[in-house]
This record gives sequence, C-alpha cells and structure tokens, in this order.
Amino acid sequence: MILDRVFRAIYPLIGLALILAAWQAYTQFFAVNRIILPSPMDVLVASNDNFGLLLRHLWPTLLECVLGFMLAMAIGVPVAVAVANSQILNLTLYPVLIAMQSVPKVAVAPIILVWFGLGIESKLAIAFLVAFFPVVVDTATGLRATPKGLLELAQSLRASPLQVFWKVQFPSALPFVFAGAKVAVTLTVIGAVIGEFVGSNEGLGNLLLTANSQLNSPLAWAALVWLSLLGMGLFGAVALAERIAMPWAKNGGH
Amino acid sequence: MMSKDALSATPTEAAGSNTVFARFDRVGKIFKLPGDRQIDALEDVSFTLGRGKLVGLLGPSGCGKTTFLRIVAGLETATYGTVTIEGKLVNGPHPNFAFVFQQANLMNWRTVLKNVLFPLEIRGEVTRASIERARDLLNLVGLHGFEDRYPSELSGGMQQRVALCRALVYDAKLLLMDEPFGALDELKRMEMHDLLLDIRLRTGVSVMFVTHSISEAIYLSDTVAVFSKRPATIARFIDIDFPYPRENAMRYEMKFTEYEHEAGRALGIAR
Repeated sequence: MILDRVFRAIYPLIGLALILAAWQAYTQFFAVNRIILPSPMDVLVASNDNFGLLLRHLWPTLLECVLGFMLAMAIGVPVAVAVANSQILNLTLYPVLIAMQSVPKVAVAPIILVWFGLGIESKLAIAFLVAFFPVVVDTATGLRATPKGLLELAQSLRASPLQVFWKVQFPSALPFVFAGAKVAVTLTVIGAVIGEFVGSNEGLGNLLLTANSQLNSPLAWAALVWLSLLGMGLFGAVALAERIAMPWAKNGGH
Repeated sequence: MMSKDALSATPTEAAGSNTVFARFDRVGKIFKLPGDRQIDALEDVSFTLGRGKLVGLLGPSGCGKTTFLRIVAGLETATYGTVTIEGKLVNGPHPNFAFVFQQANLMNWRTVLKNVLFPLEIRGEVTRASIERARDLLNLVGLHGFEDRYPSELSGGMQQRVALCRALVYDAKLLLMDEPFGALDELKRMEMHDLLLDIRLRTGVSVMFVTHSISEAIYLSDTVAVFSKRPATIARFIDIDFPYPRENAMRYEMKFTEYEHEAGRALGIAR
C-alpha cells in the first residue's frame, strides 16, 4: 500500500524530469538562442532572480481566480438548482446559457474591459464567464441524477421539498458539483490571463506580456510556469476540499 | 374472483384477534399509454389486513403486485377503489407506514447510523432516546460496531439489514416490503426471514411484502395472497397454519410441500 503510494508520486516526477532533461540537452546541444527557447535552467534562474517580482504579480492573478471561481460557484449552483427543478426555467435559461457559452470569451474581453475598466473587476467578470458554464452543467446533471429510489424514500416519509433538496438531492449531486468545480477553477486561470492580456497593470499575464515584448523570454517562461503552478495549486485546493466534504468517497472524483 | 369477506373471516379470526388494520376495497390501476393504449395492471383487489398480521403477496414477476404495494404506500394512486387504514381513507404517503425497497436504497454519504436516523430527521424526532433505539435496532440485526461505517463498506445483506432498521426506527405500524430479500443469496435470505419474524414478534408490526418466491411467502406469512397474471387480481388466499416462531425445519415438512403445491396450482404452474 505505502509502496504503491510512493510509486504514484514518483512516476509523474520521473516523467517530468525526463522531459526537462531532454529540453535542457536540446537547447545546449544546438545552442538555441534563449530568446527563441530558454533552457529549463534559464527559466529557473529567471524565476529565482525575479522571485519578488513574480510573487507581486502572482497575488492579483490569484485573487482574480479565487474570486472569479467563488462568483461562478455562488451564482452557478443556484442557477443549476433552478434549471434542474423547474421545467419552465430549464426551457427559458438553458438555451441562453448555451448561447452564452458559444460566444468566444477572448472576443468578449475587450467589451468587458470597456464596461469594467482596467482593474480587477474586468478580470473577475471574464474569469466568472469561463468558469460559470461547467459549474451549472455539472451541478444540474448531478441534481437530475439523484437516484429515483432515494426520492421515493423521501416521498414515502413525506419529506418537504426543502428537505428533499438539502438531505437527498444536494448531497447526492456533490460529486458532480466538485467535478464541475475542478474544471471551473482551472478555467479561471485562463479567464484571468485573457483579462490581463487585453488590458491591465499587474498580474502574471501582464508580466508575461511585458517580458515578452522586452524579449526577456526566460522571465516570460517563468511567468508561464508560475501560472501553471497556480492552476495546479487551485485544482489541488478544490480536490482537497472535495476529500474533506465527501469523506465517504475514498478515491475522490477521479 | 374471491370475495373480500372470505379472507377477513380467516386469518384474523383464526388467530383470535379481530381488529382490522387495513381494508382494501376493489383497488385497481390502469396505466394510460400514448396512443389510446392502456395497461390494466391491477384489477379489483379486495381484502382486509388484521392488525399485526403478515401477508405475503405472491405472483409472477411484473404482474402488478408491486403496483398494489406502491398504491398502499401512497407512492402511486389507484385508478379506482379505496384503501382504508384504521377506518381512514388513504391517499398519499402515511406517517405510520414504512416502505422497504427491493434495493437497500441507502445514502452513500451517510454513515450506517445516520441512514437509520434519516426518517427521524425528516420528522424532526431525533432525540437521545431515538438514537439509542436506532443503536438497539442495529444490534438486533447484528450490525453492532458498524454504526459509523459507510454503506459502501458493507455487503449487500448488511445493507438490506440497515434498510430494515431504517424502516423500523420510527415505530411504523405497517411495514410494506417490495421483494426486500430478492437481491440476497439463499442463505442470507433465510437469515433475514428469521430476523423479520423476530422483529414482528417483538414489535407487533403489521407486514405486507411482495415476493415471487413460493417458499419465502409460505415460510413468513400468516396468509399468502396469490396474484394472477396481468391484470393482477388475487387468485387465491392461502392461510398458512404453522405456529410462530417458525423454524427452518418446517421447510421440509409434508405440510409445507402441500402449501407449495397449492400456491403453485394457484399460480398456474402446477397441477
């Protein structure tokens, strides 16, 4: 059992190390210009030298992601409840939701910037927009997938609609809610970066763009790595919350 | 087919108790299908259930006996006919009933104890005493020490025993069971039979259960109601004249075999 866990942790690291080694060897062997492709070592050095700068730019991006995610959950879950429980709301809202989802978020970003300005609000709006859809779809699917037997049990006990929701439907949908949340939280990073690209004064996306325009590729790559780590960290946080909220599911949702 | 009075005269009086618990009067169900088609699922089911009696509804699979049970439980409405419990007409789930489903139907996010307490939570009756009662029930069915486990950690038989505890935790007067042991293997099923009879003896609960096992119906019941094929109606009532508590040796007695024959004839599968 323990050995199995160790292997589970080690194999991905071995895979990563192999890729990094090949990359390092390639850049050194062919003497690749570091503006075109910096070596992993260059990126590490740039990350280390600019640690304070990167940290300062991480903070606003993290905030945009977390708040955008919370906004998506706070609005998405109730919308899913409405859509799952009312045929009329389902018919009214679902096509609108799908239409909304079909609009390319990158294309909407400049308009949102006009509405909300260069500050955090516009990033929040875009992060929310990309994260909202998976939350609604997965939660609604989960609520509809409540086992019929459990609903009949509640019915035979004359449970009120509110009791049915809180004691049967919602807990039974939790695995779906978390599946949606995990997708959503990684999407917020994309949303935040789109927002920062279109117009901003700070954030890792902003730093990446600036470093790129200055041909400081190692720093741009360092920002990219930090963004990926941010995404993984957020995913891990939601996965951890899932484990805590659903102790009965031994292997989480994946 | 058989008049309702015929039964009320037999099991209740034979057992020396005259109180009628439930009366079913010409209960029927017609399912409407699209395109003017319809299925007559249930036709004119009439009988009375004595207080504390155990009646087995025996019939071929899909014959409509489950529909009847679900009508009694208030999970479905009858197209015609009436169900009267303790003199009152029933339309909808009844607070004094408990339904046991074919599958254990447990909530995988609740521990065993929390699953048993679920009906009390819905009724707002969780007290120190009721938690004690839930623990006692779990002890009774041999699940002591499993209170804080999750259903996914239990075997099918253990899960069904939890479901039984959940049905008994709020002092239901009528236990309705839809092929409750159908998903268990033969040995587990025999264990559950004795457990059910033991619980009935201790609590005095009235029981109606659906089965397609002839021997199960005979082993458990005061009276076996044999259903015909669709549209289901009661083809025959068989009073089982074995004393309680029943023992497994009974299954090998001549009289048991004769009852099996009688039920088989009523089902149209034996001569």
